Amino acid sequence: MSARFIVSPAPHVQGHRTTSRIMFDVVLALVPALIFSVVVFGWDALAVTCVSVIGCVVFEWAIRRFVFRGKSTVGDFSAVVTGVLLAFNLPASVPLWMVLVGAFVAIGIAKMTFGGLGKNPFNPALVARVFLLVAYPVQMTTFPHPTGELVDVFSGATPLVAVKHGLVDAASLDFQDVLFGFIPGSLGEVSALLLLAGGVFLLWRRVISWHIPVSILGTMGVFTYCVGGWEFALFHLMAGGAILGAVYMATDYATSPMTRAGKVIYGVGIGALAVTIRLWGGYPEGMSFAILLMNAVTPLIDTYIKPRRFGVNRWARRFWK
Amino acid sequence: MEEMSNDCRQADCAGCKGCKPQPASRTLLLAYGLPLVLLVGLFWGLHVWNGTLFWTVATLCALGIVAAVVLYGVAQRFKVEEDVRIDETEKLLPGANCGGCGFAGCRAFAEALVSRRDISELFCPVGGNATMDAVAVYLGKAVAAQDPTVATVRCGGSCDKRPRMSEYDGEPSCAVAALLYGGKTGCSYGCEGYGDCVAACEFGALEMDIETELPEVTPDKCTACGRCVKACPKGIIELRKKWPKNRAVWVACVNTEKGSVVTKSCKAGCIGCGKCLKVCAFDAIRIENHLAYIDSVKCKLCRKCVAECPTGAIEVSW
Amino acid sequence: MRTFPRGGIHPSDNKLSRGTVIERLPLPEVVYVPLSQHLGAPAEAVVKKGDVVRTGQLIARASCFVSANVHAPISGVVESVDLRLNGQGKYQEMIVIRHLGFSGASSAMPNLSEEGGTLSTSRPPSRVVATKSAPRNSPNEVTEEWADGIDTSPELVRECTLTPEEILKKIEMAGLIGMGGAGFPTHVKLTIPPGKHVTLLLINGSECEPFLTCDHRVMLERGEELLIGVTLLMRVLGVDEARVGIENNKADAIAHLQALTREHEAYRGVRIVPLKVRYPQGGEKQLVAALTGRRTPPPPGLPVDVGCVVCNVSTAVAVYEAVQKGKPLVERVVTVSGRGLTQPKNLMVRVGTPVSVLLAAAGGLPSDQGSDGRVKVLNGGPMMGKAMSYMEAPVVKSMSGLTVMEGPSARRRQQGECIKCARCVGVCPMGLEPYLLMKLSRAGMWDRLEQEWMINCIECGCCQFGCPASIPLLDFIRLGKQEVRRRNKI
Repeated sequence: MSARFIVSPAPHVQGHRTTSRIMFDVVLALVPALIFSVVVFGWDALAVTCVSVIGCVVFEWAIRRFVFRGKSTVGDFSAVVTGVLLAFNLPASVPLWMVLVGAFVAIGIAKMTFGGLGKNPFNPALVARVFLLVAYPVQMTTFPHPTGELVDVFSGATPLVAVKHGLVDAASLDFQDVLFGFIPGSLGEVSALLLLAGGVFLLWRRVISWHIPVSILGTMGVFTYCVGGWEFALFHLMAGGAILGAVYMATDYATSPMTRAGKVIYGVGIGALAVTIRLWGGYPEGMSFAILLMNAVTPLIDTYIKPRRFGVNRWARRFWK
Repeated sequence: MEEMSNDCRQADCAGCKGCKPQPASRTLLLAYGLPLVLLVGLFWGLHVWNGTLFWTVATLCALGIVAAVVLYGVAQRFKVEEDVRIDETEKLLPGANCGGCGFAGCRAFAEALVSRRDISELFCPVGGNATMDAVAVYLGKAVAAQDPTVATVRCGGSCDKRPRMSEYDGEPSCAVAALLYGGKTGCSYGCEGYGDCVAACEFGALEMDIETELPEVTPDKCTACGRCVKACPKGIIELRKKWPKNRAVWVACVNTEKGSVVTKSCKAGCIGCGKCLKVCAFDAIRIENHLAYIDSVKCKLCRKCVAECPTGAIEVSW
Repeated sequence: MRTFPRGGIHPSDNKLSRGTVIERLPLPEVVYVPLSQHLGAPAEAVVKKGDVVRTGQLIARASCFVSANVHAPISGVVESVDLRLNGQGKYQEMIVIRHLGFSGASSAMPNLSEEGGTLSTSRPPSRVVATKSAPRNSPNEVTEEWADGIDTSPELVRECTLTPEEILKKIEMAGLIGMGGAGFPTHVKLTIPPGKHVTLLLINGSECEPFLTCDHRVMLERGEELLIGVTLLMRVLGVDEARVGIENNKADAIAHLQALTREHEAYRGVRIVPLKVRYPQGGEKQLVAALTGRRTPPPPGLPVDVGCVVCNVSTAVAVYEAVQKGKPLVERVVTVSGRGLTQPKNLMVRVGTPVSVLLAAAGGLPSDQGSDGRVKVLNGGPMMGKAMSYMEAPVVKSMSGLTVMEGPSARRRQQGECIKCARCVGVCPMGLEPYLLMKLSRAGMWDRLEQEWMINCIECGCCQFGCPASIPLLDFIRLGKQEVRRRNKI
């Protein structure tokens, strides 16, 4: 008798979602914001993004191929996501070689040294951003000013910097500009509205859950409201990388907690840290540091915050034994 | 040597100052006082020269002292007194940490060897009698010698002998497959062929034969740690007496069904006919549940049974 | 809409045979009746080779309390009591009965004609193959004789004057077991341990597994029998309320049963509750939570600990037949479905019928028709069903369906790396962390596994279904669960 039947343990059906589909959805969600930055910052933005994505993919492929000597994992789009997110964290005027350095740090150091997808303790794009920020502070904090014209680009201070150093009062800023993104800033962080739209898309596709973004933005909102009233709060929510970080960076699967309660704790921690750094720290922008710090806490959260076990009295332990 | 050091620990030696002359009080003053004076002087100079630098250094030093005191206190508080013989015994062991002795690694085994009064039941299969003798000499306890054994795969159902009825598409692990069903062949006793034993072996003594889909033991590498025995969900692997030149005779089947059922699923299975039993002159063979078993200690490797077996279930390595 | 509190998935339901009327399969030529079709100790055979048995006659007696009687599914001669392969490729003790025609036996079975009733001693080489369009109650080429005391007439018997003890005894005698899949002996379930108090009877009509429709058809076609069975069960338990939970994708069954409960005074205590379509709605603990809001404690906690007893709808119908008709559990409805079959069907078959006969009746496997593609045949639905390796294995009392999967759907997807998306944690209805359980199980950290409530896992498979990297979470979780259980017992 030949082997006619296939045997495998249950379950025998699989959901439609795959890793590559999830990653592709994230890329899709980021595309509107990318198009917007190309419109306001010119072709430089596209160049930075392309170099970043290509760099990440090539590094991922090369390390898999020549260091791990394993199967290529480029097909799962995770390197593309890292590339786009890294580019979103860079000013459009950054030299392209620096983008390549960032891509190497993101993939080579932050991701592959730990074993690749799903094993990295810190968000690769953020590690790269922070690395570049510390290594090349001048280029990383020189932001082109969007003037609506594609070619005319000069450096300007981001609203956060301006407010921090007392150049402008938060209440006097044009909120429409902040909301729509006609402000200086990193390539992808400027358009709060489009980033939010992408976030809604991800929520609809159930790629992310609401817990992390809502708890981050909620904490930041409450915190800044307590400090400086609602206009100040609104400004802080929309300016800088708050939304980019809350929706796309903090929700990175590998570096965020697994349980819902854990996600809320993580989000609250990020929000509180980010506002603390923004208001009293040395940097005007604190999202990246806040997220990286909470990334470090994630394993601890996962160890202690457990989902509510079905049928188990929360306070009773092992009554059946 | 040992006697001398023993003498030193005796009570009347406690106040002895002859072996280690105490420094005179003047020398002591010099030895501690001079550096202290120098240090204070250095700090004073630093303070005069650059106040900020002084405070930096001073703060760091203070921090260091506080940390040292805390560390010392904690270390004293949580100090664990350990028998020095455990370390020494562990050095005598092979250090494979295979768990073949039944303990969680060589350290745990060494602890047991030191703490137990009677260690005649403990045995390190990897190191064998040589290691155990060394341990016995060091600890001054009696150990029991054991015959060396070797892992033996008791299934001969290769691909050509045992037709495949289904294709397994789950996780390639014998334990997972065994939990699910009887296996891809008609024989639910035989080797699954996904190599859990190979993965369990730390010594590279097991390897999967691609053609037969059965694991092959390399007797010279096998240390009889028994990991593969535990890993096999079907209980096929047995530790049998190791003969010189790795010679062995064994029944390569564990199927306890009736002969008619066995032949349906495997051409190399033991059908329990009892022919081997009749020719064995050493009373080494017994038949239980339609399955012959050769006692590897009683067996004298005469190989008469091999020729008798109608299905070729008795395997021989010569 | 009621549902269970957390987790769960929604696989496409694929109820291909939803609208197919239950069809009676012609009696098979030979049946293999396993002695152990239930959870608990195997029954002991009371017949031996050469005995002539009548349909419904006791052939194996329950060996202890947690065991179940087994009855002859066809009339014939016992060919052997032997070890035979079951669907999982393991040897199991089975009673083999070969059909013998009884002349003039049709008096007991009025809807069978006498044409084929001659005693056939020459055995046809092939097994009985179902005729393609054999409607229910059609003339059959073989006849049978039922054992004494069995009422095979189609009339409904509504009145019951038996005491609860007598009903329970009848259920036990008829060898009833849970027909939803696990196969726990019904009389054991209905015997409430001292100190426990039952307030509610829950009937599981949710049928959350994709493809399976047997319970759906039973509710539609045998609704009244079902409700009588439910009232009998209520009487045994001494409760005055029963809730029938039905997933909302079976609106016709809900409407039908609701109409019946409104019509008749006798069924007043029975409430039909629509449930949200969500797997594993039919899991015992999930159903209790959905219908009552009560949380069953982890094993060895049972629904009875929170005052509930859960029965399947097919079991309730079998209770009706056992008590009102004196008919033991010798046949059941099996859904034969799947993309690999041309004619998905709901078949009324005798216990012990080889699976291959059922597959042939549903259009045959693709490989029978020349295609060389390998298929996966499942005993049950695709979420919890067990893949079968041997097609001459018999139908057992707890087999609710056969699902045939072919092509790429029969195989697992390529496995990837865990991206820690936490989907498995989100969909686990028991509040576990499957990714962690799998890692611990792989590493053999059994103590940690126990701390992480491994024992609470119901093996529903939601985690593996939802995993975007197709990681075989459940394979290893099952392994760990078995190990934890083993260690706890010792």
